[in-house]
Amino acid sequence: MKDVAGSNTLSKDIDMTAYKFLGTGLLCFLLAACGSTPVPDPEPVDSDVAGSGRDGSASGVDSDRFGQGEEFGDDFDAAGELGMIIYFDFDQSELRPEYGDLLARHAARLANSSRAKARLEGHADERGSREYNIGLGERRAQAVRRMLLIQGATAEQISTVSFGEERPAAMGSDDESYAQNRRVEIKYTN
Amino acid sequence: MTTNSGRRISLFLIALLASMNALAELEIQITRGAGKQTPVAIVPFGWQGNSAAPMDVAGVVAADLQRSGRFAPIEEGDMLQKPTAGVDVDFDDWSILGVEAVVVGQLTQTGENAFSVQFQLFDVFRGEQLVGYRMPATRGTLRRAAHRVADMVYEKLTGIQGVFDTQIAYVTARRTGNGRTYALVVSDADGENEHTIMESPDPIMSPAWSPDSRRLAYVSFEGNASSIFVQTLRTGNRIQVSNRPGINGSPAFSPDGRKLVLTLGGADGNLDIHVMDLASQDVKRLTTNRAIDTEGSWSPDGRQIYFTSDRSGGPQIYRIGVDGGTPERVTFEGSYNARPRLSPDGKELATVHVDRGSFRIAVMNLDERGVLVLSTGQQDESPSFAPNSDTLIYATRQGGNGVLETVSADGLVRQRLAPGQGDVREPVWSPFPLDQ
Repeated sequence: MKDVAGSNTLSKDIDMTAYKFLGTGLLCFLLAACGSTPVPDPEPVDSDVAGSGRDGSASGVDSDRFGQGEEFGDDFDAAGELGMIIYFDFDQSELRPEYGDLLARHAARLANSSRAKARLEGHADERGSREYNIGLGERRAQAVRRMLLIQGATAEQISTVSFGEERPAAMGSDDESYAQNRRVEIKYTN
Repeated sequence: MTTNSGRRISLFLIALLASMNALAELEIQITRGAGKQTPVAIVPFGWQGNSAAPMDVAGVVAADLQRSGRFAPIEEGDMLQKPTAGVDVDFDDWSILGVEAVVVGQLTQTGENAFSVQFQLFDVFRGEQLVGYRMPATRGTLRRAAHRVADMVYEKLTGIQGVFDTQIAYVTARRTGNGRTYALVVSDADGENEHTIMESPDPIMSPAWSPDSRRLAYVSFEGNASSIFVQTLRTGNRIQVSNRPGINGSPAFSPDGRKLVLTLGGADGNLDIHVMDLASQDVKRLTTNRAIDTEGSWSPDGRQIYFTSDRSGGPQIYRIGVDGGTPERVTFEGSYNARPRLSPDGKELATVHVDRGSFRIAVMNLDERGVLVLSTGQQDESPSFAPNSDTLIYATRQGGNGVLETVSADGLVRQRLAPGQGDVREPVWSPFPLDQ
């Protein structure tokens, strides 16, 4: 599973990576709102397939022609490539707006397949009391869950668990490590 | 009440690994003693029996008293005489050394595996015996007998009941391969005689002693979700008392041992305080607020539950009657107070408290409401009172590792217990043993 957010940057990298996987210059395939991210115009694509079978014109002049582009999106299986980690600000369980896009994609994935199931694992940084931090992790997982439900997933598809501070991603006791530990991890379980 | 709860699942694990190899191997480092450390002499005990003496009773007693931070036992090499009976004590020989109290004693073998431990404690200045006592022991209980001698000496000289013959439980975490191994461990209060109660690749949290010291409740993440177990120490038998959907956390036994306060989150993740009757495993909900309500603990009279709630915006301590009602806020000083624990005498409340940006242990007198910050670290947590209400143990960090510290309730005496490797956390002090 690619840890998109391991690079420590937030919304920008997630969006850029997604565009990379769409290939260059293709359509935004999102069903849900793309948020404030601009949708690129379809670009002309040279398509050998569309052009084949045609007799070339008698003249030897070659000219580029538009191929028949095609939309795709149902084939898109971003399971391994979608960002799976949502990060949170200190003492917060509110979702940062920049995750709207990513969560929409996860919700779409769940909505498109009734058999798909996801477990949301909530975490907290190590500061403060352990069982209270279990509560913070759970609050974060629930925030992600609510967003997914709003966007089309069903309750049976989503389970939550909180590990509080017990399963840190980063072992340091500095702000950088704390930021990496305040997170919800999305894990598809089937 | 959910249907998947309350089914008794007995699991005989390799749970009671009476491991002689102490992975945590707590080592005691004294960091600070009280202002005055009373000079005392614990004279090597006389020995009568086959072969070598099985235990240096005086050595254990001296180490206990030294560790308390209130006494300074003198070296054997400085002693001018080494009597083993009261009649042989020459008080001049001791007052010359500035010693204020002397302990003399004998260890006698009375059978194949039977011993008699006897001691006498003398006040040097007044030249009189303060206490004399004799008790039977076996090879297996000799160390406890030595701790009991230390307890009696301590109580006679300070007026405070000693806790040398008690135990602590704690959780350890260490790296193994690509993951971690967690263990629930019980040891004597001095870190000796460690026994691994349960070991797991998944986190273990929140150990809690039953009032008769025979069981531990704890949270286990085996199966990748939290559930609460109650395990009998002597047999290793463990029962899963709560694995309801969502969070199961923060178990604590009632003073009569019949109930457990616990935190349940349910499917919607709203953490709330519940009380379970252990016999029936029926659960009664006490709080319903949308806030995080967790970390319940009992008042010594068993009538109130203290808990952490962030209903006012940040974590503070509240209390509620065990029959329900409106929770009443208890802490008002500081922006963060969590993990409440009452002293066994009911007078003080210990919390995790943010003090100038650091997470520290504070105690608040419940009558006068004065708050005293006891610890000095930045990530201090999990306070637990010793059964004499005079000392606390808690978890802190030293150089990136989790270690334990004890501190006297007045903050004067401090001591660190550090493991040889890995992390140690969530210490809980046992009650007084019932067989004393």
